[in-house]
Amino acid sequence: MSATSQNLVRGVRVEVRGLRKSFNGVEVLHGVDLRVEPGEIFVIMGPSGSGKSVLLKHLIGLETPDAGEVLIGGESIETPGVMDRHRMAMVFQSGALLNSLTVGENLGLYLWEHQLKSEPEIAAIVAAKLDLVGLKGMEDRMPNELSGGMKKRASIARALVMEPELILYDEPTSELDPLMAVTIGQEIVNMRKRLHATSIVVSHDRDLAFGIADRIAIMHHGRILCVGSADEIRATANPAIQEFLNATFKPV
Amino acid sequence: MFHDIGQIILLFWRTLQSLPLVWRHRRKVFDQLFEIGNASLFMSCVLSLFIGGVLALQTGPLLVERGLGNVLGGMVGLSMCKELGPVMMAVLIAGRIGSAMAAEIGSMTVYQEIDALRTMNINPVHYLVLPRMVAICIALPTLVIFAILIGWLGGAVVAANNHLISVPYQTYFSNLENLVGVGDLANGLLKSFSFAVVIGIVSCHQGLQTIGGPRGIGRSVTKAVVNSIVMILILDYFLTRMMINL
Repeated sequence: MSATSQNLVRGVRVEVRGLRKSFNGVEVLHGVDLRVEPGEIFVIMGPSGSGKSVLLKHLIGLETPDAGEVLIGGESIETPGVMDRHRMAMVFQSGALLNSLTVGENLGLYLWEHQLKSEPEIAAIVAAKLDLVGLKGMEDRMPNELSGGMKKRASIARALVMEPELILYDEPTSELDPLMAVTIGQEIVNMRKRLHATSIVVSHDRDLAFGIADRIAIMHHGRILCVGSADEIRATANPAIQEFLNATFKPV
Repeated sequence: MFHDIGQIILLFWRTLQSLPLVWRHRRKVFDQLFEIGNASLFMSCVLSLFIGGVLALQTGPLLVERGLGNVLGGMVGLSMCKELGPVMMAVLIAGRIGSAMAAEIGSMTVYQEIDALRTMNINPVHYLVLPRMVAICIALPTLVIFAILIGWLGGAVVAANNHLISVPYQTYFSNLENLVGVGDLANGLLKSFSFAVVIGIVSCHQGLQTIGGPRGIGRSVTKAVVNSIVMILILDYFLTRMMINL
């Protein structure tokens, strides 16, 4: 049984319809259409500059589309209060931890600012989530004292604290060694198991995509070329996709 | 330019709308107050001591020569109160605190920390701008009170000890007491409050508009300080005109 069909409890459906976006007259998204089912791990792959990260920013309301719309649980992302009704989290490529706060304060920020828990409860939740990502006892460290991998894991823990219905990952394995990349990949799968959340991962890491995805979308020059399971993607005849999937280093 | 002014007004309006949330963000307001006060109190005192001294030194001999030495206290007192205290402190705070605000928020913008706040449904205006605005609006008028008092003292020390002036402390302070009223002090505080709003909103706006890397942060800091000072001096003229007519 696929992971998608197991976990339909808390995830949220994400739909993208005819999304267009230009920066300084250059169109980077040419009418993107997507549908991600609740609880699914959906990986968007593609070469650098294909518009993956811009698409991801639209999904969480960090960018406003020129045309088209993003629906979260059937509601437009621009509808007032949609961010209150559907908890969404994003794991940034850089981690994006607040440098002026400790790791513990970063993790507890959402609960603290929205006054969802008392101080001791937040401390307990933060400790538990740090333990889950292998950063036990790191609450008092400042982000600049952490390695790249630790920052990413702390960022995942921050997302975990929110108990989101939708988690977006922007290049979660970039700048990581292969062992750490596998750990992060496993963490994404574990997170879905724990929270039953919908996960959308933007990456050009083929191993990660084929290892964790329920479905994969291939993006190229601001367009979705195809969507399907790992096997369907591997079997596609599109030369641009095959070139991207089979690119290898050839020593001179 | 008009686009920038429009955005600054919009940010100011959003900050005003978020004022009811001040109590919730009181910790951050206290942190900012400590930051501003701690960073600037000593420098403000040194600066105003010398401003008062220079004022007495420049005008004292001329007044004494014309037999008007006894009005020196009032002259220094009014100048410090209505003009030099608020303006010089505002320029100092724009350089020290405005630049720090623009740099901190600018670096948070560049390194996606503001985006991270938005994804957590935390409004950056409530989280970053409101506490800074409230803190600077409390801190600057408070620093100006210190600056005025120290400036008066600086003027008195020079007036009493400079051989070209030699106006006794008693004469100086007695004239100062006669000429400077509560209204004049209120005038200075109102100016400093207005300057605080300008510094806070311009610096936070510049920080939030930062694009690019470290160079972009540097540009934002420069623009925040220069724009704040220009706006302070323009606003000073109009406030002075308005208050003269009152």
